Amino acid sequence: MAVITIREALNQALREEMLRDENIFLMGEEVAAYQGAYKVTKGLLDELGDKRVIDTPITELGFAGLGVGAAMVGLRPIIEFMTFNFSILATDQIINSAAKMLYMSGGQFNIPIVFRGPGGSAYQVSSQHSQALESWFAYFPGLKVVMPSTPADAKGLLKASIRDDDPVVFIEQERMYGFKGEVPDDPEFVIPLGVGEIKREGGDATIVARSLTVPIALKAAEALEKDGVSCEVIDPRTIRPLDIDLIVNSVKKTNRLVVVEESHPFCGVGSEISMQVTERAFDYLDAPVKRVSGVDVPMPYAKNLEDLAIPTVDRVVAAVREVSYL
Amino acid sequence: MATQVIMPKLSPTMEEGQLSRWLKKEGDTVSMGEPLAEIDTDKATMEMQALGSGVLRKILIQEGESAPLGQLIAIIGEPDEDISALANQAAPAKPAEVATSAPASEPAAEEPAEAPRDAAPAKTAEPAQGDGQQPSEPKPAESGGRLIVSPLAARMAAEAGVDLRAVTGSGPGGRIIKRDVEGLISGAAPAAKAAPQHQLRAVEPGARRQAVPGQPSTYHDEPISEMRRTIAKRLVTSLGPIPHFFLTVEIEMDRAAEMRAGINALEPDLKLSLNDIIIKCAAAALLQHPQVNASFQDKAVRYYDHADIGVAVAIEDGLITPIIRAADQKSLSEIAGEVRDLADRARNRKLRPEEYMGASFSISNLGMFGIDEFTAVINPPEGAILAVGAMTPKPVVRDNQVVVRQMMHVTMSCDHRVIDGATGAKFLQTFKKILENPLFLVV
Repeated sequence: MAVITIREALNQALREEMLRDENIFLMGEEVAAYQGAYKVTKGLLDELGDKRVIDTPITELGFAGLGVGAAMVGLRPIIEFMTFNFSILATDQIINSAAKMLYMSGGQFNIPIVFRGPGGSAYQVSSQHSQALESWFAYFPGLKVVMPSTPADAKGLLKASIRDDDPVVFIEQERMYGFKGEVPDDPEFVIPLGVGEIKREGGDATIVARSLTVPIALKAAEALEKDGVSCEVIDPRTIRPLDIDLIVNSVKKTNRLVVVEESHPFCGVGSEISMQVTERAFDYLDAPVKRVSGVDVPMPYAKNLEDLAIPTVDRVVAAVREVSYL
Repeated sequence: MATQVIMPKLSPTMEEGQLSRWLKKEGDTVSMGEPLAEIDTDKATMEMQALGSGVLRKILIQEGESAPLGQLIAIIGEPDEDISALANQAAPAKPAEVATSAPASEPAAEEPAEAPRDAAPAKTAEPAQGDGQQPSEPKPAESGGRLIVSPLAARMAAEAGVDLRAVTGSGPGGRIIKRDVEGLISGAAPAAKAAPQHQLRAVEPGARRQAVPGQPSTYHDEPISEMRRTIAKRLVTSLGPIPHFFLTVEIEMDRAAEMRAGINALEPDLKLSLNDIIIKCAAAALLQHPQVNASFQDKAVRYYDHADIGVAVAIEDGLITPIIRAADQKSLSEIAGEVRDLADRARNRKLRPEEYMGASFSISNLGMFGIDEFTAVINPPEGAILAVGAMTPKPVVRDNQVVVRQMMHVTMSCDHRVIDGATGAKFLQTFKKILENPLFLVV
């Protein structure tokens, strides 16, 4: 197994899938000649040509719509948003067209499209460019939402997303493109959507984390282990469909749950997980479910304030201690 | 001129109203038509409008209290107007809950009229404990008369039959949590057990859980006792890996019953049971069929020289099989005495391990429960177990005549690795022969 970055893993997934199926094309701002704002699409224009790798104007609603139309007539578009902050402009096409077309056409039109790009916080890019929007997209029936936290997951899940016949919102993390990890060489390495993973086993408390908060949760678990608290860290990997069974079974074992997320707390994915755990495992809870979220303010620009707005290892440790009554 | 604010009729059937929330506090300026308070009627929460203008001088009933229609509940007047005459004639309000708040006719002037709504239940919600009398039990984790318990702790306590009022909560605000209940269960003093009606659940199931049509049955889980855990562990090592097969035979018991009656008539103190005779006959048959008095070992089949017969005894929360060692060499009276002694001590959990471990064959008798026939699960490593049903009178054909005989079914479960079908059948044949003609015991 090669050790590569998430950036390289995504690039491999794109390249392998596009070589496998000529109906797949990639479209977005700066994806071709500039090789991607974050270099995820490096080398693809040279290898696959300008009919498959297409630069667009700064028109998110327009090229998202082009993608949906192309998907309706049989192609398999991958739409890159330079960041998911700009997908806000394209939400009409994502939500009103892509998510609903199969339903509204009575099953006539599958929309095998992937909307991908980085989301979440970056480094001091302030309020409009530091948003975790997964709960928006996960809200709508018809959309799948995927958020990898490791290079292997990034590759396996992106390949699964591209092969999926439904629209998938694939949210990478801007701070994580350089994260390294082992990735299987097998070109058929695909991770099914809707299947979470226990990233660390433990018996005293369950931490559910995704994307950037997975490494944070793992560090917190390490610190807590020294205090004799054994944490189970679960990454659902797919936000919708959500592998709630994995979470519920863990909570039944540990009796306590902390959800860690970059997004704002109100109406976040953590709220949903907490609700479902309450519905399914109420009698197993020994403490209220605790969230560690991004704080409920627009992301500050100042470095010191930005640091305070994002979940930290210390906050996760404190939350686990709280639900463990320590 | 002061305006008397009275409890208005807000629904056709309303007889009294509960003051849900004051929208103005004493000293506030109000004008005619402005919302003054929210009133809970028998139907809904309604807004009450001010019917005069001025300053809300006096609030006479507090949030959460009730008043009948027409009762004076507040006074609107000029800032300097003397309202004492009006205020004095006000009737006391009727508290909604057991009185813990101040009497309504004397509202403390400092007390903010618009106390936060959320605080109200905590202040007044004292469930009927009997006229405000303090219950004698300790209630460390109560808040406003309610036990604060985590759902898990509540479930654990309900399952263990632990009275949570005896538990000191170590969680925030005295919340009773898992470890508190665990501590109590592990140190389980009998005094901590409570009558079922005191059990507390996070989700109160009601006096009796009703079956919901079309829904799977409700259920409750009980923690596994050590004995149950051992039974489970041992028995799944049985039916799973052991290839069981079953042989059933019907036995005419008249002579055995006759013999029992005869012996008991001679020796009333002996209280010989049919089961004692069955044990003795089985032991005799086993000696004639050593292939059945055997167990499968990893690399060998072990044949036993004597019939060490385990006798399944039901005890509270499980069963245990004390052993009659060398039953083949013991007399019926010895067997009867030993069985009684072992069974008594089994029920009192006084058996030593060697008294219930290492039988060569077992007998399980459910006849006293009216079971006609059943199959038992082999207790490894034994090679077989005999399941004995009830003796019942039945019409049978003897010499072309229908006659009534005492019939009994026995089913032997065999470990096929040790015992083959014919081997088992021959043993049962012998067993049947002896039991039907117990004289063979002395032949």
